[in-house]
Amino acid sequence: MRQLVLCLTALFLSTSVQAAVPTAFMLDNGMQVVVLEDHRAPVVVHMVWYKAGAADEPPGRSGIAHFLEHLLFKGTDEMEPGEFSDTVARNGGSDNAFTSQDYTGYFQRVAADRLELMMKMESDRMRDLRLTEADIGTERDVILEERNQRVENEPGALFQEQRQAAQYLNHPYGIPVIGWKHEAASLTLEDANAFYREYYAPNNAILIVAGDVEPDEVRRLAETYYGPLEPTPGLGERIRPQEPPQTSERRLTFSDPRVAQPYVIRTYLAPERDPGMQEEAAALTILADLLGGNPATSVLGQKLQFETQDAIYTSAFYDGVNHDDTTFGLVIVPVPGVSLAEAEAKLDAAIAEFMAEGIDAEQFERVKMQMRASLIYAEDSIAGIARRYGASLTSGLTMEDIEAWPDILQAVTPEDVMAAAQSLFDRNRAVTGWLMQSKTAEVTQ
Amino acid sequence: MIRLAASLGLLLLAALPARAAVDIQEVTSPGGFTAWLVEEHSIPFVSLEIRFKGGASLDRPGKRGAVNLMTGLIEEGAGDLNAQQFAKAQEELAARYEFDVHDDSLAISARFLTEYRDASVDLLKLALTEPRFDEDAVERVREQVLSIIRSDSTDPDDIASRTFDALAFGDHPYGSSLNGTLDSVAALTRDDIVTAHADVLTRDKVYVGAVGDITAEELGMLLDRLLGDLPETGASMPDEAELSLTGGVTVVPFDTPQSVAVFGHSGIRRDDPDFFAAFVMNQILGGGNFSSRLMQEVREKRGLTYGVYSYLVDKDYAQMVMGRFASANERIADAIAVVRDEWAKIAEEGVTEKELADAKTYLTGAYPLRFDGNAQIAGILVGMQLSDLPIDYIATRNDKVNAVTLEDIKRVAARLVRPDALRFVVVGQPVGLEAVN
Repeated sequence: MRQLVLCLTALFLSTSVQAAVPTAFMLDNGMQVVVLEDHRAPVVVHMVWYKAGAADEPPGRSGIAHFLEHLLFKGTDEMEPGEFSDTVARNGGSDNAFTSQDYTGYFQRVAADRLELMMKMESDRMRDLRLTEADIGTERDVILEERNQRVENEPGALFQEQRQAAQYLNHPYGIPVIGWKHEAASLTLEDANAFYREYYAPNNAILIVAGDVEPDEVRRLAETYYGPLEPTPGLGERIRPQEPPQTSERRLTFSDPRVAQPYVIRTYLAPERDPGMQEEAAALTILADLLGGNPATSVLGQKLQFETQDAIYTSAFYDGVNHDDTTFGLVIVPVPGVSLAEAEAKLDAAIAEFMAEGIDAEQFERVKMQMRASLIYAEDSIAGIARRYGASLTSGLTMEDIEAWPDILQAVTPEDVMAAAQSLFDRNRAVTGWLMQSKTAEVTQ
Repeated sequence: MIRLAASLGLLLLAALPARAAVDIQEVTSPGGFTAWLVEEHSIPFVSLEIRFKGGASLDRPGKRGAVNLMTGLIEEGAGDLNAQQFAKAQEELAARYEFDVHDDSLAISARFLTEYRDASVDLLKLALTEPRFDEDAVERVREQVLSIIRSDSTDPDDIASRTFDALAFGDHPYGSSLNGTLDSVAALTRDDIVTAHADVLTRDKVYVGAVGDITAEELGMLLDRLLGDLPETGASMPDEAELSLTGGVTVVPFDTPQSVAVFGHSGIRRDDPDFFAAFVMNQILGGGNFSSRLMQEVREKRGLTYGVYSYLVDKDYAQMVMGRFASANERIADAIAVVRDEWAKIAEEGVTEKELADAKTYLTGAYPLRFDGNAQIAGILVGMQLSDLPIDYIATRNDKVNAVTLEDIKRVAARLVRPDALRFVVVGQPVGLEAVN
């Protein structure tokens, strides 16, 4: 088998990658449309993405973007509350929605011949939502239970909220998407309507249709249903309060009796992918893979899980799809008997060694090979590609940026990665958190 | 309203549910393996879904967690390659292998680029037939498993599931976590791992679904190459699980703001003549979308939870009707009362004509939408074989749904849905809820 490994090192992924070619156009009212064709199955995914997320909320009203997302399943001038999802279900489809810091998205997955009905309903609720006080009361209880489920019952999620708040002193990314509990509990009908009227408009929305469709037909339907909608006048650039320079290290510990597995996590403030300027983000993307991708081949995994067995798990993570400054993270989960202080010191030592040793050329090539192969495997899920376009476009990137990204990744050199690492790894621009168990949680039968 | 309803009616009349356009071939290899294949040459890779029936339920007595630990070690070194060398070889091929274990099967999901198919198959074969189980790898993966067991021990969702399973299945493997316990995993030896491997990865337990850029003939060769050196047979299958569950409420005190509830009672076999009636009934009761009765009553009307579901559990050796939800400690008693009412209501009254019609259009329309990706379809193909369904099942499945009548549902609901037999396990600090044995 050694022979296999040696001869394969020379191989190169020569398959030409024929990614789904998107068709993009703009309606007269400013609504952007992207069509992704995949004719393997008679299925279509219909998505509308709004360039409005939690980071666009007014001060003190945290959670309103997410709350409104729930409320969009209530009634309109043409539909009863619940009718939207009932109609999708009666047509054999599934539907849902999601909210992030930078966007809110709605989608349905249906047989391709039901696309027109989806457009008709989705365009109806873009401008003609009719909310009542009764909708507000019940649905606010639902989002508080959602917060209970996702955050209050999960010490790791409570810890993350505190870390995120420490990371962003000034930028609204420091506020959780689901909202601080006391603010989410006090959201009103007026809050929902104000956010809705401002941001739910064709000139602030992106339509993505992916699957067994023809671009001309999508254009005809989009012009019919979304074309007549009135834009919101005066919607300017999305300008959020930006971070001041961070000049001192930030550290926090979070203790909870429900924590069974302590760990150390550090996040550094890092640049995101910017339109026309994605090179540093590409270098950071590769850096994350080199440091903390597959534990058996990554730098942190080899040093901390294999050479020594100090860690149960290590990782490095970075996602450049963000409207404003993002973070680059490192994680170490120590084995029992290794304290968090020791674990953090070993993590720092491993990073310092990496900075001194530089990049292994074979590992660098393998990481790039994985990225090329990922393009092929990604073709299997047209819905996944559609989500990538939606998230990228609502984070300020252009179609050209998205299409250029694979080549920009491949053009990154080891020197680019080391330069990016050099400017990244400054503890004065980082938040280091320890998740700890405060005392044994009592479980009795 | 009226305009929309009118156009909707037209669309429903005009459009039949999309047909699942999958052409399944049964492939028999020269060496005698069978697999189901859908050829799809538009993307240059193949998805292979392999299952070894039995899975974690083949753990030997006192060795709980052995099959799980063995599964975690399959990719941690094989033949001449240690764990790191194996991982590098896999990366150089850009092959993707995932190994997972469930109650009834050990699952391998593999994707290979056409360009490197042969070498990718050889590497996977090495992992399946010559795993090394090096001592350092065993210790490394053992620590990972112990970490998961520790985390589960303070997670209310896991505590609820484990408590329910123990009440329902007792000493049967279904009655405990397939991860094992801190003690049982700490005590596992390399010999136990080797035994688990020989017990589970055998020719007589293997099922394969394949979708992608490969012909039937090529797949036949691949199967012989990949699986031909496995031993013929291993452990015998477990016994039928005896259900020891009674109606009542079990409270597991745990200091957390939101209580988690898992509930259920005995279910229905997949080969029962009333299975499809039960399946459609469950869709109406709590089948996962916003239209279900449980979602409407517990979430939409009362805001008592973020999500509530019921589902039919069809394991190889046990059948259940189950459900779960979570509500704040102060509200969970109310939510349980609503669930109990819905359970009683459907048992007594069945469903309405409109509910049945809506459930049918949803289920028959949603079915073809499942077939929308190579990996996804390969998983369906192997699942059908594990459930002993015929190869033409996909073409007949919607007819079976459409054949269900109001009377069928009334009959199956009266027999299957038993409010008095429901056991609720609640983990949290529920207010106003008494344990009932």
